[in-house]
Amino acid sequence: MEKQLLRITVNNEYHELYVKPKRLLVEVLRDELELTGTKRGCNTGACCACTVLLNGVTVKSCSILAMQADGTEVTTVEGLAEGGKLSPIQRSFLDHGAYQCGFCTSGMLISATALINEKPSPTKKQIKEAIHGNICRCTGYNSIIRAIKAVAEGKYKEEE
Amino acid sequence: MIRDFVYSKAKTVKEALDLLEEHKENYKIICGGQSLLILMRQGLVAPANLIDIKSIEELSYINFKPKDGLKIGAATTHSDIEKSSSVKKHYPVLVSMEKNLASVQTRNWGTIGGNLAHGDPAGDPGPVFIALNATVKIANSERERSIPLEEFFIDYFETVLEDGELLLEVQFPVVPPRTATVYEKFNIIKNDQGIVSVAVSITMEKKGSSCKDARIVLGAAASIPIRAKKAEKLLIGQKLNNGLLEKIGKRASKEADPVADIHASEEYRRHLVEALTKRMVRKAWDQARKPAR
Ligand SMILES: Cc1cc2nc3c(=O)[nH]c(=O)nc-3n(C[C@H](O)[C@H](O)[C@H](O)COP(=O)(O)OP(=O)(O)OC[C@H]3O[C@@H](n4cnc5c(N)ncnc54)[C@H](O)[C@@H]3O)c2cc1C
Ligand code: FES
Ligand code: FES
Repeated sequence: MEKQLLRITVNNEYHELYVKPKRLLVEVLRDELELTGTKRGCNTGACCACTVLLNGVTVKSCSILAMQADGTEVTTVEGLAEGGKLSPIQRSFLDHGAYQCGFCTSGMLISATALINEKPSPTKKQIKEAIHGNICRCTGYNSIIRAIKAVAEGKYKEEE
Repeated sequence: MIRDFVYSKAKTVKEALDLLEEHKENYKIICGGQSLLILMRQGLVAPANLIDIKSIEELSYINFKPKDGLKIGAATTHSDIEKSSSVKKHYPVLVSMEKNLASVQTRNWGTIGGNLAHGDPAGDPGPVFIALNATVKIANSERERSIPLEEFFIDYFETVLEDGELLLEVQFPVVPPRTATVYEKFNIIKNDQGIVSVAVSITMEKKGSSCKDARIVLGAAASIPIRAKKAEKLLIGQKLNNGLLEKIGKRASKEADPVADIHASEEYRRHLVEALTKRMVRKAWDQARKPAR
């Protein structure tokens, strides 16, 4: 099947590549661009491990054709740190031990980042709603919520 | 494994309709792909042509006019509906429905047209929209037609959409005064699809004493969202009391035609229909009786 031109900006870097139309965004990110931080969990749209930001909103990269992301800007977990410095959410996850095996972590970090970008001081309920789709098989939800809450309460502000 | 297909991205409705016409009988429309890609991955759907309508801007809008009601374009995302201030003000039941529909990620990319066209009897919008008396606008390259949403669904994952047709818009009439519409689904996992769901809309007579009109719509209780019309009849013209509420619940449960699956037995579903119908009728009644919001 003929490949088509995909123009996509990932973590502020512009790429042009040829992909088969059936390729999913997660496949292009991981296999073509070698950004393996984005995880493929269920591959059926149910776990949100593959969450990335597309034009600023969270989407499941396993449930989008790469060609549908033509002309968009994507942020993966690799794009959260700036100039080698971890983002507030990332630092808070470290401090709060908000991961065990780490498989859900990339998706959690992206969902949490989107939340904080949209509502800088979310309530606990809003935090839970924002990560509701992100399944943590190690069930470490409490520490994840604490980590996001700490950022929401401004604890990581001064370091920015 | 997803099978190969020829991919075309339409930028306008006209372009999309021409593509549908050109590839008649061997195409599939993709919008958000939240439902379609699952089927394609399982090999259940393997179209030769995939026509992408997601980036058609003229299909993504929410328009409210006090005289005409609400119009939502087919490619509008769930999140756009959830966050719309005019929807919140005039059709609040849609906001609470959307908040409980799937995850943020699915709502950010999945669309209202895709949800309806998918024809899943456990979908949330179907019952709520029917309770609100919604109409859908459909077009092919030659003509346009509008039908009540109630007549849109035919069977499990089947709708009246014919080859070459595109769902364009959902229209909601102005909500009559002294009306309340409520919805609830029963599920084990929050924001999962409902095992059974019930939407109820009640309009009160002028004096607020008896019921002028009622719509009771059951989700996941048959092969399509259905109205429990006999239960509605019990309520219209009456005042609600506990005895009547019991009867309405029992009647709705009889009108349901559920199947047993991994989520629940037929008997359990009937029980849920009864319980949820009673709960929703009571809630809608109480809200409709209150003076205008
Ligand atoms: C994990 C998960 C949980 C979910 N939970 C819920 C839930 O709780 N409640 C609920 O209601 N839904 C739920 N859904 C379903 C989902 O919300 C909808 O089905 C989705 O929004 C469909 O929209 P889409 O744009 O992604 O459609 P697509 O997947 O692109 O299309 C679905 C079908 O509609 C057709 N189609 C799409 N647009 C049009 C159009 N304009 N005209 C004609 N045909 C069209 C396609 O050809 C396809 O057959 C869930 C989905 C997932 C993956
Ligand atoms: S891998 Fe995408 S939702 Fe599970
Ligand atoms: S840390 Fe293991 S899945 Fe979340």
